[in-house]
Amino acid sequence: MPVVCSCCAQARAMLKRPKTGHSLCRECFFWAFEEEVHETIVSASLFTRGETVAIGASGGKDSTVLAHVLKVLNDRHHYGLKLLLLSVDEGITGYRDDSLETVRRNQRQYELPLKIVSYEELYGWTMDAIVKQVGLKNNCTFCGVFRRQALDRGAMMLKVDKICTGHNADDIAETVLMNVLRGDIARLRRCTAICTSGEGEGAVPRCKPLKYAYEKEIVLYAYFKRLDYFSTECIYSPNAYRGHARAFLKDLEAVRPSAIMDVIHSGENLSVREGVRMPVQGTCNRCGYISSQALCKSCMLLEGLNRGLPRLGIGKHHRLHGKILAQQPLTLDEERKLKAVDF
Amino acid sequence: MCEIDENYGDILEKSTIPCVSQMCMKCKSNSAALIIRAGDAFCRGCFKEYFVHKFRAMLGKNRLIFPGEKVLLAVSGGPASSSMLAQVQQGLSQDTPKKLRFVPGIVYIDEGGATGQSMEERQMAIAQLKSIFQATGFPIHIVHLEQVFSLPGSVLEAASPTPTGTDGSYKGAVDQYIRKGSTGGAGPSEEPTQPRGHPVLDVQQHLAQLSTMEVPSSQHSQEMPSSQQSQALEMLFSSVRTLTAREDLLMTLRHHLIVHTARTQSYAKVMMGDSCSRLAVKLLGNIALGRGASLATDTGFSDPRHGDIMLVRPMRDYTSKEIAFYNRMFGVASVFIPSLDTKVSEKASIQHLTESFVTRLQTDFPSTVSTIYRTSEKLQTACGPQDRDAGLTARCLLCMCPLDTTSDKSSAFHATLVSEKLSQKLPSEAAPPKQGCLSSTGRQGKDCGALTDGCCSSDRTGRVPELGSLLCYSCRLTIKDTAAVDSLPPYILTEATRRMQRSQMREEIAEFLLEEDDG
Repeated sequence: MPVVCSCCAQARAMLKRPKTGHSLCRECFFWAFEEEVHETIVSASLFTRGETVAIGASGGKDSTVLAHVLKVLNDRHHYGLKLLLLSVDEGITGYRDDSLETVRRNQRQYELPLKIVSYEELYGWTMDAIVKQVGLKNNCTFCGVFRRQALDRGAMMLKVDKICTGHNADDIAETVLMNVLRGDIARLRRCTAICTSGEGEGAVPRCKPLKYAYEKEIVLYAYFKRLDYFSTECIYSPNAYRGHARAFLKDLEAVRPSAIMDVIHSGENLSVREGVRMPVQGTCNRCGYISSQALCKSCMLLEGLNRGLPRLGIGKHHRLHGKILAQQPLTLDEERKLKAVDF
Repeated sequence: MCEIDENYGDILEKSTIPCVSQMCMKCKSNSAALIIRAGDAFCRGCFKEYFVHKFRAMLGKNRLIFPGEKVLLAVSGGPASSSMLAQVQQGLSQDTPKKLRFVPGIVYIDEGGATGQSMEERQMAIAQLKSIFQATGFPIHIVHLEQVFSLPGSVLEAASPTPTGTDGSYKGAVDQYIRKGSTGGAGPSEEPTQPRGHPVLDVQQHLAQLSTMEVPSSQHSQEMPSSQQSQALEMLFSSVRTLTAREDLLMTLRHHLIVHTARTQSYAKVMMGDSCSRLAVKLLGNIALGRGASLATDTGFSDPRHGDIMLVRPMRDYTSKEIAFYNRMFGVASVFIPSLDTKVSEKASIQHLTESFVTRLQTDFPSTVSTIYRTSEKLQTACGPQDRDAGLTARCLLCMCPLDTTSDKSSAFHATLVSEKLSQKLPSEAAPPKQGCLSSTGRQGKDCGALTDGCCSSDRTGRVPELGSLLCYSCRLTIKDTAAVDSLPPYILTEATRRMQRSQMREEIAEFLLEEDDG
């Protein structure tokens, strides 16, 4: 017996919503999904009329859906936003070059301007070259740190007011769990914020309009809308430790579908004891980007790459910051520790 | 993000393989008997000293237990709480230097009625436990879970804590405590006299006395619960659809019984046997259950949510491994009693899944438990004694933590409500946007039509209050999984009705009330 849509009570239901368990027809699902994102945007007052907003586009499902939904909502609810796509080219052959093709197609489909910034032009290193020096361990640290800064730099070049990223509910919940497992109380406190704020002049505010959208619903949306997206895992293996948190979250979701929202709710309501030491935000002495240390992570990593000591930026080597800023050479013993290790 | 791998890499490289002939790292004269952590080998004697010291240090550091105070030990029969009992017993024995100075009693909650044990099995377990308990000479209180059906509603009220200066020094607090005891005339084990004339306290005491008559607690309660109560309990637990919610409900009821026993028997503190490993699992599990707002209360050393009865967790520095070693080496007896999650599959409940996840991660990354545990120390105790005046309505009916559902529109809680509203029949939008159906909304969308009927039919009985608005985020989820809300014990339902009426009254007279607080 065909199930009837629980929303319009007329059309035949096509899917069961992973988030609420309701059976919906295609049109009602589209409507619900889009209106939920709208509700998120309005209730958190993410945008103001007339702003230029860059959508961080990787070509993957999240950013493709984000670009599509934002364009739809911008027209439907008259946000009055000027949207554009911003992509980062990490320089990963066989992965990023293909996904950037998808972004270029999206650009034509959605008629949004596109800007691509590459690691090579910003840092002089492609991920391929980095992996060659660092190996397959820790390379995600380089990629993640560089991408964050690259997005910011691209946004500043385009003079946008805000950056939107495609982080979904699963990503946020996973990060909450991850930060608990790592005992990172400072990140735990801010990882559920929908918008970065008060980061000073060094950074463009970023927000996550899909914060409350389930990954599965994003896939459903892209599937039924027949959106053109690129779905391949990065060829440089994904991080093992985050993988644990991810697998745990998937299991939690299987036991209780609301678990993803429950984890986010927990994260939003944590209160940190007063007197717990928190990193103080400053700026990098070299590039002026936000940093809690004398040198920002990105500059440390880059310094390590350029000196041929890739482990310089991995882990904590705060003692060495002064030396690096003064451009002094490191001792042999220090150098030995920071060389790439072969396993 | 990858740093973590790297740090472990370093540790793993450095760690040496332990060998049998290793010496104790502490006394360096005896050969080691066990290795607690990587590299820390202890001999028998030093391990005992280390273990005993940890317990006293935990109590000494936190300075919450006053000399002569009556302290209730919540013992489940498991390794951790049995070990706690052994520590207290040893700390009080004559030949111990610096004897512990509180007056302990033991409470055991028999949960066999919820875990599906037969009466014989339960009686056998109780007999076994009794023989262990009797050896200590402490007063024993055996309480059956079925007794929740005769609890008074006052259990759900956080009575104002006994007026000991919380911000003053420990010495001052102790002095105050002793002075209070001496005005009572008798020894310290006597119930501390409450200041008369305080209406709430009077009612509190009155209710407590009433309930002492109702509930046959204390020693003579070994007779098993009536079949009527057993059936009521069975019905309640069978109406809970998921094991996650069942475990959560059981924990809540257990807490209520323990607190009630402490009140009626005039204990001021309750010691829980949660180990560090247990608390790490609990912390992560509670995050997954949406209990983030009360993490510190749920996992910290002291738990002030009940006001006059404070829960403390003195075992929170021991890993389950240390406890297992100690119990084995020094003959601490424990009793195995099956619980709700005994012999269930890994993904049967959130709590069970979290436990196996943490245990598995701990074998690969040995600092997992301690890292999670340390996080709990950096969190704020949200419901401190200072905000008890914020009104009792602002606390969850079940877990008694401050409500976390009043947050602003930009929150996961609000987003969930929006999702539910948007995927239901449009006419429901016309109804007040209050989450009326929340407590009985099922998972299946197709049930949705029937659900609204369900709500109406429960209205027909006219007695089942809508609990939703009285509960915190996480307890709402538990009640959402409970099909028959009317089978909850009467004290919960009565208290719910009372609170609803109170808030209704408040609404009616709202315009005449002068702004006192921002609530």
